[in-house]
Amino acid sequence: MDRANDFAFKIATANGTGSASANGLIMQTIFRMGVPVTGKNVFPSNIQGLPTWYEIRVNRQGYTARTPVFDLMVAMNPATYQKDVNELRSGGWLLYDSTWPLDSRLVRPDVTYLGIPLAEMCNEQFSGVRERILMKNIAYAGALTALLKMDTVIIRELLKEKFSRKPALMDSNQKAIDIGFDYATKHFNCPLPIHLEGMDKTSESILIDGNTAAALGCVYAGATVGAWYPITPATSVMEAFKGFCQKYRREPETNRNRFAILQAEDELSAIGMVIGASWAGARAFTPTAGPGISLMTEFIGLAYYAEVPAVIFDVQRTGPSTGMPTRTQQGDLMLCAYASHGDTRQICLYPSDPREAFEFAVAAFDLAERFQTPVFMLSDLDIGMNDWMIPKLTWDDSYRPDRGKVLSVDELEQVKTFHRYLDVDGDGVPYRTLPGTHPKGAYFTRGSGHNRFGVYTEDADEYVDVLDRLDQKIQHAARAVPAPIVKTTAGAKLGLVTVGGCHAACVEALDLLRAEGVAIDYMRVRGFPFGDDVRSFLESHEVNFIVEQNRDAQLRSLLTLETSVPIEKLESVRYYGGFPMSAHHVIAGVKGKLEKAA
Amino acid sequence: MTYIAKPKVHHPALQRNAVGLTRRDYEGTITTLCAGCGHDSITAAIIQAFWDLSIEPHKVAKLSGIGCSSKTPAYFLREAHGFNGVHGRMPSLVTGANAANRDITYIGISGDGDSLSIGLGQLCHAIRRNVNVLYILENNGVYGLTKGQFSASADPGSVSKKGEENTMEAIDGCLLALTLGASFVGRGFSGDKAQLVPMLKAGLKHQGFAFIDVISPCVTFNDHEGSTKSYAYTREKNVEVVQADFVPPAAAITTEYDAGTVRAVMLHDGSWVRLRKIAEDFDPTDRDTTYAYIRERQKAGEVATGLLYLSPDSTDMHEQSNTVAMPLVQVPYSELCPGGAELEKLQKRFR
Repeated sequence: MDRANDFAFKIATANGTGSASANGLIMQTIFRMGVPVTGKNVFPSNIQGLPTWYEIRVNRQGYTARTPVFDLMVAMNPATYQKDVNELRSGGWLLYDSTWPLDSRLVRPDVTYLGIPLAEMCNEQFSGVRERILMKNIAYAGALTALLKMDTVIIRELLKEKFSRKPALMDSNQKAIDIGFDYATKHFNCPLPIHLEGMDKTSESILIDGNTAAALGCVYAGATVGAWYPITPATSVMEAFKGFCQKYRREPETNRNRFAILQAEDELSAIGMVIGASWAGARAFTPTAGPGISLMTEFIGLAYYAEVPAVIFDVQRTGPSTGMPTRTQQGDLMLCAYASHGDTRQICLYPSDPREAFEFAVAAFDLAERFQTPVFMLSDLDIGMNDWMIPKLTWDDSYRPDRGKVLSVDELEQVKTFHRYLDVDGDGVPYRTLPGTHPKGAYFTRGSGHNRFGVYTEDADEYVDVLDRLDQKIQHAARAVPAPIVKTTAGAKLGLVTVGGCHAACVEALDLLRAEGVAIDYMRVRGFPFGDDVRSFLESHEVNFIVEQNRDAQLRSLLTLETSVPIEKLESVRYYGGFPMSAHHVIAGVKGKLEKAA
Repeated sequence: MTYIAKPKVHHPALQRNAVGLTRRDYEGTITTLCAGCGHDSITAAIIQAFWDLSIEPHKVAKLSGIGCSSKTPAYFLREAHGFNGVHGRMPSLVTGANAANRDITYIGISGDGDSLSIGLGQLCHAIRRNVNVLYILENNGVYGLTKGQFSASADPGSVSKKGEENTMEAIDGCLLALTLGASFVGRGFSGDKAQLVPMLKAGLKHQGFAFIDVISPCVTFNDHEGSTKSYAYTREKNVEVVQADFVPPAAAITTEYDAGTVRAVMLHDGSWVRLRKIAEDFDPTDRDTTYAYIRERQKAGEVATGLLYLSPDSTDMHEQSNTVAMPLVQVPYSELCPGGAELEKLQKRFR
């Protein structure tokens, strides 16, 4: 069987050994060969010494979901030998460091062993503990270059680009590549049946993680204030934002910052800063994860009730509590949709990849200001921290921020009296003013009961009046959030509904199911509150499989609560172990339900 | 609460300040606090300070948390934007607002529950950041709105109205602020407007976090025998350390003070604060001296008041983070977005 450009391999190392640069080099080489590729970094919540894996899937058709079946294992970490060898498919290959004899835990009769004395060779060629460890990683990349037929010219180019200012490092990296390459060429039948062949399927794409893309979205949206408390897996949003701001947001004459990044003492404070800055008129945001959202919910209720814009990025990780901070999940769907006490409902956006993370980041600011309310963008660790192959980002230079209904000095001059919470236009969205604009614009922002004039109230009717308008306002947002992606096939009576990062697995699963003769329509929801199109999709199918990554079927709960479609029509398909969802999870789930029904 | 609007009728003879406003223009709605509440006296002092400085009310933002003290921003500067946030979290709101628009004068009103219990963390970090705000802690040692529980500033041994004795150590806001590196620390007494008004003015002009703890007796729950935050106790035990006089930059510096007893400190905008030394050998620009002095007076059962500490070289949050002089809210979008061509160029790094 020709397995060119269709295989997966996994590299097992310990963290803190510098394997990331070797793995990145492999990914980028494959990408530059024009072959669709996905990388999933499976890392511990730790700095040094704990097991870490890097999974690379090569797929000529462009499927990018994680696959849990591996053709080749690079077993560099004795601590995980047993686990790693078990993940190999029958007939697969195992690359190990033959400086030491083959560990009995690695022995499996149906696996081909590729022993390379990596440590021995690197000890001979390099000096110093650190360099030896680092170069051992580059050396396995060299061996893979021969075994998988990676383009050596591209590798050389990449090393040149990376170490253009450090020629000594370039030389040692190239030497390590050659060591691995030469050994593999000499001792094994290269390339393996699983190997690469140059294609032209990536020239219009980039490799980018969702956190970087979201940060770029913040820059392009014109956000000036970012407040945050460091948390995995959201930290790199602010790090990337800072990097871009240092490049693009310096006042030329003075070299001073046209941005403010506030590292808060906790998430309570981070969201407070965002609300304060938005109240004062800036586009402000905070990146966080589930534990941060939990802390922020009191303030989020204030922003909802007092109608202050705020943009919150929730890069979801597994919960509850601290959970597994370095594993992915979609466990905050319910939390964000109804964040805070009392009757609240929040606008949520669900990107499925870094491209949408970029686009939805921009949309989040527009929606927050148009509707004067918090907006959540819920990505996850997989989208946020892994490199995804996506079409190049594009930007429409005619874009102007939608600042919503903010009264200018001139407009305030003309109004007789300004009332903050009066629904002048009948769309549920009142006018707001910014501090410092005009004496007539002053009002008192409060989280306590207030009437439509912005005055404190304990009057039942006045209170209900405002609360009902808020409900109407948020309901209107259902028409403004990104519409669901729907794909129908003629005659399909079944529907499959998903959200966010499950998309890649669902697309692949649907193709495979279709090939088996199972016709299923597809809908990926992208925003909350749900619009009528979401309800009509669910209604028009006999059964809908709701695919998501959490234990409690939170998306299904939201759909049930918000669309009044009977829950019997919604069959739940879930995977929530912390890895990104794979097509086989979807297929197994759907087939299981179908068999049960039959 | 705050729903009674005051009539805006001005007597033509009312005195006007440099921006043509009367003191009435600096008022807010009618207070709903208990009659005789110390907080209302502080509100009056705030009105006086803003009027004296001729700050346009709409160029001010007044923020607060939750509690009796936090209601008071409704009672002054009706033409200023107000923000009554969540309990103990005003410092983060004012930090964000200040980051976005540095041209606004910010005043934050808090209480001892709001600042020293639920919001202690936020207060500490706003001090560390040296956010440019006048932060007033209206301190009565008691939770008024929930009817009389001890706050973290209640002194050990003080007795509640219900007869319970407080056994825990008190947090002293001024000592706390000093240890956190506050650039301006003062303590006043709500019943002493003559001392409070100049101190508030100096705090408003200070470039950085101006912390003023104002002992403000709660007439309903903490103005009884056994309370160390009562009118009687405070009047008796008050030791004035440093009397601040505020001189705006335009005014000539007068020489009516004896050189040996006055220390003038120039603020960021060129205005001067004169610190009149009442206690012998007291240096209000030495953090350690101030700390030791407050402790010493405490041991004697006294409350040191006045402008206790002022850092002459305060650098606020914006200076520390090198932000542009123009408020971020005014930077045009064209300067913020790198544009489509740059996005195309930038993406080479992701290839």
